[in-house]
Amino acid sequence: MGPDRIRITIDGTPVNVPPGTSVAAATLSAGVTRFRDAVTGGPRGPLCGMGICFECLVTVNGRRGVRSCLLECAEGMEVQTHDRPS
Amino acid sequence: MLLIDRRPYLGGNVWYPEAGGAPVAEAIPNLRRLDRPNVRFVTGAEVLDHPRPSTLLIGSGEVASETRYGQLILATGARERFLPFPGSTLPNVMGVGALQLLAKSGFSVKGRSIVVAGSGPLLLAAAVYLREHGAEVRLVAEQAPRWRLWRLAVGLINDRERLRQALDLRRRLRGIPYRYGCWVGRAEGEGKVERVVLRKGRTEWTERCDLLACGFHLVPNTELAELLGCRIEAGFISVNEFQESSIPGTYAAGEPVGIGGLELARIEGEIAGLASTEQRERAQGLFAERRRLTRFRAALQRAFVLDPRLRDVVTPETLVCRCEDVRAEMLMSFGSGREARLQTRCGMGRCQGRVCGPATEFLWGWNPRGTRPPIVPATVGQLTVATRTENMPTITR
Repeated sequence: MGPDRIRITIDGTPVNVPPGTSVAAATLSAGVTRFRDAVTGGPRGPLCGMGICFECLVTVNGRRGVRSCLLECAEGMEVQTHDRPS
Repeated sequence: MLLIDRRPYLGGNVWYPEAGGAPVAEAIPNLRRLDRPNVRFVTGAEVLDHPRPSTLLIGSGEVASETRYGQLILATGARERFLPFPGSTLPNVMGVGALQLLAKSGFSVKGRSIVVAGSGPLLLAAAVYLREHGAEVRLVAEQAPRWRLWRLAVGLINDRERLRQALDLRRRLRGIPYRYGCWVGRAEGEGKVERVVLRKGRTEWTERCDLLACGFHLVPNTELAELLGCRIEAGFISVNEFQESSIPGTYAAGEPVGIGGLELARIEGEIAGLASTEQRERAQGLFAERRRLTRFRAALQRAFVLDPRLRDVVTPETLVCRCEDVRAEMLMSFGSGREARLQTRCGMGRCQGRVCGPATEFLWGWNPRGTRPPIVPATVGQLTVATRTENMPTITR
């Protein structure tokens, strides 16, 4: 059996979530609704929940443009929102 | 056999496990059947390209791998159709299946007030799921008129199991308004959705909400089939009775050949699996069951036809392409999707038109097809450094 809770940080704030939680779900649960900034600057959050729309992009452990809906939280993960288009 | 799944877990969207929970009961016997030495899995991975005949480039995280194949079965599923309306890009406006998937993957909807809108059987199923997970579902708005749904129900008279399921879902939604011929006129809020303006005929009213779940039935994921050169007809992969596409040895099953739901997808998948392993006679034994389920598919398609008035909610300022922030007024003057793409970048962003393609097809009749490799965004590292699928991180349970 794995641990009861996984500890990650979202924009520097520590949160802990049950194993199996996606990064998108953890981020929404932390009260964050703005995941990425659109090309003209507007706020965007998850739309499709299944990896096709690229609206829920965040930076994870320094890697940009990660689809948070497809990624599961792992111990010590550092999530940064406001991912901007490159 | 190699099974490639985009998600971290097997089971697709329907059998997606609850975060921290056991696999869905229905999925367990199927997962067990796959527990054999000749089956390998790569999860959290997707096909990026088809660089040479009988070869796929598979990406996972920051790595990629080339794999050769003899037979290929495409079970690429479907996505929700998203139609634009003012405010549709506000955070907390998301798909119906999307919200359910996010809830399954650990987002608690308890105590949140939610408007469910759009079209299709998913609305009912998702609304029930959300309610039973503690959400306050304010209303379900189905764009199809009541008579179409009645006709669908009458058609189910001989399909008692499905009729029972539908009636059971309706019963579990008791007390929640279910409006037919009703859709979102616009969404409003500061930084995220706070209110939804609904339209039914000439009536308009406002509902307060924390989340708006809005999706208009499903569109098939045919990008990989297009890349491979499979013949596509009326938006779906065309297959013969053995589920084989126009390319010998390449099969397709499930929503990419027609939006027909889980049971049909399973039968089609089984036929494709048998046919691709020289068991055509056994495959033939499943044809009658497939025929029965295909009738339901046709009925579904008729029931959830989009009302042309859904186009009227789009204003000049409404964002149509969410990746490149292209507004309706920038697109209306173009005669084709190709022209618009070249001039405005509509459909050229990261989703590669998967969201705005079906929308511009509905709004202006533009052809949404035009797949190019890599069919999902890839990093330079993935395209230059090849690894082996054996070295890819996988999670299964």
